[in-house]
Amino acid sequence: MKKLNYKRSEARLMKGNEALAEAAIRAGMDAYFGYPITPQSEVLEYFTKEVPNRSGIVLQAESELAAINMIYGAAGAGARVMTSSSSPGISLMQEGLSYIASAQLPCLVANVVRGGPGLGTIQPSQGDYFQAVKGGGHGDYHLIVLAPASVQEMADFVFEGFRLAEKYRNPALILTDGALGQMMEKVELPEEGSLPKTIPGWATRGKTADRERNYITSLFIQPEKMEMINLNLQKKYKALQDEVDYELIRCDDAEIILAAYGLSARICQKTVEIAREKGLKVGLLRPITVYPFPKKIINELADKAEFFLTVEMNAGQMVEDVALAVNGKCPVHFYGRMGGMIPTPDEVFDKLEDIIKKSAVETQEVAHGN
Amino acid sequence: METEVMNNGLEVVYKKPSTLTDTPFHYCPGCGHSVVHRVLMEVVEEMGIQENTIGVAPVGCSVFAYHYMNIDMQEAAHGRASAVATGIKRVLPDKFVFSYQGDGDLAAIGTAETIHTVNRGENILMVFINNAIYGMTGGQMAPTTLIEQVTATSPYGRKSEAMGFPLKITELVAQLPGALYVTRQAVHTSGAVRKLKKAVQKAFEYQKVNRGTSFIEVVSNCPSGWKMTPVETISWIEENMFPLYPLGDLKVPKD
Ligand SMILES: Cc1ncc(C[n+]2csc(CCOP(=O)(O)OP(=O)(O)O)c2C)c(N)n1
Repeated sequence: MKKLNYKRSEARLMKGNEALAEAAIRAGMDAYFGYPITPQSEVLEYFTKEVPNRSGIVLQAESELAAINMIYGAAGAGARVMTSSSSPGISLMQEGLSYIASAQLPCLVANVVRGGPGLGTIQPSQGDYFQAVKGGGHGDYHLIVLAPASVQEMADFVFEGFRLAEKYRNPALILTDGALGQMMEKVELPEEGSLPKTIPGWATRGKTADRERNYITSLFIQPEKMEMINLNLQKKYKALQDEVDYELIRCDDAEIILAAYGLSARICQKTVEIAREKGLKVGLLRPITVYPFPKKIINELADKAEFFLTVEMNAGQMVEDVALAVNGKCPVHFYGRMGGMIPTPDEVFDKLEDIIKKSAVETQEVAHGN
Repeated sequence: METEVMNNGLEVVYKKPSTLTDTPFHYCPGCGHSVVHRVLMEVVEEMGIQENTIGVAPVGCSVFAYHYMNIDMQEAAHGRASAVATGIKRVLPDKFVFSYQGDGDLAAIGTAETIHTVNRGENILMVFINNAIYGMTGGQMAPTTLIEQVTATSPYGRKSEAMGFPLKITELVAQLPGALYVTRQAVHTSGAVRKLKKAVQKAFEYQKVNRGTSFIEVVSNCPSGWKMTPVETISWIEENMFPLYPLGDLKVPKD
C-alpha cells in the first residue's frame, strides 16, 4: 500500500461524499460540473455551499451529458476539473469519457455506485466494475480507477486521482458506492496547496504569437494515424502498471485468499478475523487501483494459496480479472450479493466453510478412486 | 489603413486573414461553411483578439474547423459544443469563446445544451449554420428541413404528420432571458456576407460586457446535400428558406 505524504492538520467526522468534495477543494480543483443523483447529491450540494466562499467554479449542469462535456472543455483549457454522479448518470457520461480518454485530457470523475441495472435502487452496489475498468464507452481505452474503502480514502484518492490524471493525461475515476458515500467516519484531510499545479502547454487558452495553435480533438480520420494514437494509448496503459496499488491483510502465511475491493474489502477484513479465530489461515488482498489491476501480486499469491474467494456486491465481475491473474494455479471461487444488498462477514465465512467442505469431499472422492 | 504592395507593384486589396491557416478548405464548391469561417477569422484578426479567442467546433461538416482557423480550438462530440464552450468560458472568463454548430448539432441532438447554455446566459457566441440538412453524413433530414423537402431520409419529402415541423430554434432561443443578441444572417450574396460580418463584430464586442449569450444563425447553402449547383442554391434559399427563416435581428441588447 502506497504511503501518501500529504500534510494533514486536522481530523473531522465527515460523510464520505462530503470528504470527497472537501478534499477536491483542498486539492485545488478549478471547476466542478455535476447533476444531482442519489446517493451522491451531497457532493454537488457541498460544492454549491463551499465553493462560492472559497475558490473555483461550481455549476449544476442540465444533465450528466452536459456536465461531462463541460469537463472536456474546461480540462482542455488546462483547468483541474471534476465531476461526480451515480451509476445511471455515469452511463450517460460514457461518450464524453471516451472523447476525453482519446483526446488525453486529465479529469477526475467519482462514481458513487448504486444497484442496477436500469434505474435500479439507490442502495450501494459494485455493479459498475466492468464499466469502470474495461473502458465503459466506445473504443479501446481505460480510465485510471481507484477504489476507496473508507471515508479517509474517499478524501485521499481525490488527491491521488488528480495527480495520476495529470501525470498521465488520462481521466481518473473514483469507484466507490452508496454506503461509503453516505457513512460517517473520522478523516484527516490533506492540507490545501499540497498538490502542485502547472498550466499545461497543450491547453487551449488562446494562441500566443510564440507558439502554434493548440487544438483538442479525438478525430483522426486516417486509420494509420488512428492506429498510432491507439498504440500510444496502449503504451500509456502499460506504463500505468507502475502505479498499481493494493493492500495485503494477513497474507504472509495465508492458505486461502479473499479478494475484494472497496466496501466488500471492509466486510472481508472482518471475515479474516472470524476465520483466524477459528484457526483458518485466511488473508485478504484488496486492490486499491482496480485499473491498473494488481495482476502480479495475485499471481504470486496463487503459488501458495489453496484457493481464492472473490467477494463483490455484484454478479461476479472482478472475479474474471482475478481468475486471469491466477491463471489456473488454483481454484477461484466467487461470492456476491446484488441489487443493493450487502454481504455480512458471517455470510462470507459460511461460503468459505462451504468451499472447504466441498473440496474435502472432492479430495476424498479422488482418494477413493470415484 | 496602409496599402500593401506586392513585388509586381500591384496593390493588395483583398487577402487571406492571418487568422486562417494555409490549409485549403475541404468544403464543397458553393458551401457556406468556408465563407462563415473566413468572416469569423477576419473579425478576430481585425479586433486583434487571436491570442484571446478559443473556438469549439463539433461533429458535422465543419468538424475540421481547427485545421483552418489559426486559433486555439476544441473539437466536440455531436451536440455538445455549447457545453464544451461553457466549460472553457467558465474557467477562462476573460477569453472570447465561440461555438460553431450545424443544425443537426445545435437543434436536434444538442437541443438541451443549446437551450440551457443560452438560458444561463453564458457569455459566449454561438454560431448556428442552418443548411436545412445533415451535410456530413450525406444529406439526411435535419430538424430545420423544410416541409416537402426531399432528403436521404425523407425521400418522399418531409411530412409534418410523421416527421414534425421545421424547428425555428432561433426564435425559441430569442425568448430566453439569457439571450443578449440574437440574429439571423445569410451568406448567399456579398451583401449578406457584409451584414453577417457586422453581426459577428457586434457579438464579439458584446462578450466584453458579459451580459448574456450572442446567437447568430446563418442560413447557409449546401449544394451537395440539396443536389443543386451552387448558383441554383442562391435562388432556392431566397424562395424556400427565407419565407420560413427571415433574415434580421430577433433580439438586440437594450442599452
Ligand atoms: C452521437 C453521434 N451520433 C451521430 C453522429 C453522426 N453524425 C455526424 S455529423 C451528423 C450531422 C451533422 O449535421 P449538422 O449538424 O447539420 O452539420 P453539417 O454537417 O450539415 O454542417 C451526424 C448525424 C455522430 N458523429 N455522433
